Amino acid sequence: MDELDVTVWRGGAQGKLELFRVPRHEHQTVLDVVTHIQRHLDPTLAYRFACRVGMCGSCAMTVDGVARWTCRTRVDKVVRNNALELRPLANLPVIRDLACDMREFFDKWARARGQFVGTATRADDFARVRPDSNERRAADASLDCIGCGVCYASCDVVTARPDYLGPAALQRAWTLVNDLRDGDSANRLAAVAGDPGCHACHTHMSCTERCPKALAPTAAIAGLKRRVAGALLRGELA
Amino acid sequence: MSLAGLENSGGAAANTDRLGAWLWVAQRGSAGVLALCVLIHLATIQYASQGGLSAAEVLARTRGHAGLLAFYGLFTLAVAVHVPIGLRTVAAEWLHWRGRSIDVSILLLALALLAGGWRAAWALYR
Repeated sequence: MDELDVTVWRGGAQGKLELFRVPRHEHQTVLDVVTHIQRHLDPTLAYRFACRVGMCGSCAMTVDGVARWTCRTRVDKVVRNNALELRPLANLPVIRDLACDMREFFDKWARARGQFVGTATRADDFARVRPDSNERRAADASLDCIGCGVCYASCDVVTARPDYLGPAALQRAWTLVNDLRDGDSANRLAAVAGDPGCHACHTHMSCTERCPKALAPTAAIAGLKRRVAGALLRGELA
Repeated sequence: MSLAGLENSGGAAANTDRLGAWLWVAQRGSAGVLALCVLIHLATIQYASQGGLSAAEVLARTRGHAGLLAFYGLFTLAVAVHVPIGLRTVAAEWLHWRGRSIDVSILLLALALLAGGWRAAWALYR
């Protein structure tokens, strides 16, 4: 049977790569490879997964230098010379092996005011949002985001400037800024303004290229840049 | 999302980076001016060099030309705004140099670029 040479990061921030030989199967995913290692070769391997079908966003890792969702990444598509190198996501602290600490990533969603703040009460009727309105279509930006962190790990600006909010948090803010039912956009625009926010984006578009859900955080961030600049020039930035 | 973040929702936004946002607007605006000025500048150089004008002939055309003074005055202003803001970003990302010291440094650089550029434009005009 064919075997893959899989080198896997072991340890925390300080660690080393360890080689495993894993049997190849048809339709095998990278997550299948990692699971095989843990179940059959080394039960101490730390990694994270849940749904295995591209919904939960927990299994992202660095595969041959590229951040990917491993449950939907076929080995056939990414393997070269019958070898794979697996590391934890970049731009996040490593807990152990392939599991990294996602707290900073999600805390930044909160810092970008990624929470919906409703204005209606139970006495109000349903909000009527026209499906073909510009705002409704723009609000689609982050609705399919699974919070996997691939965009964040792929962003050079996060690497250079660790306080940068990052593509996912900013994209979430853009969705809410365009949500007609939300009542916190003034504070949200203030929260995403300037250097730690949307204006630090260099439009490298790595997030858009790597997003496994084919979302376009770069476009969302560009929208925020314009919206914040408009508020600033009108003297409306909180 | 952390509980702390959820609890903070609804309050006033703190520490808005207005300076960063203003600098972005200034850099975008100056980029627009520069795009036009660079094109005109290159076309002018092309015209002057293709025509075989000597330095004395160039000076004879520039002296007393208020339009040229205004054009290069604006060009210099756009450079003095655009370049330091870009270098501020490079300093923050590559050197992790941030805060008041870099802001003062880029302000001094902007003033130096402005003084040097305006001095050169004035020398062509007078």
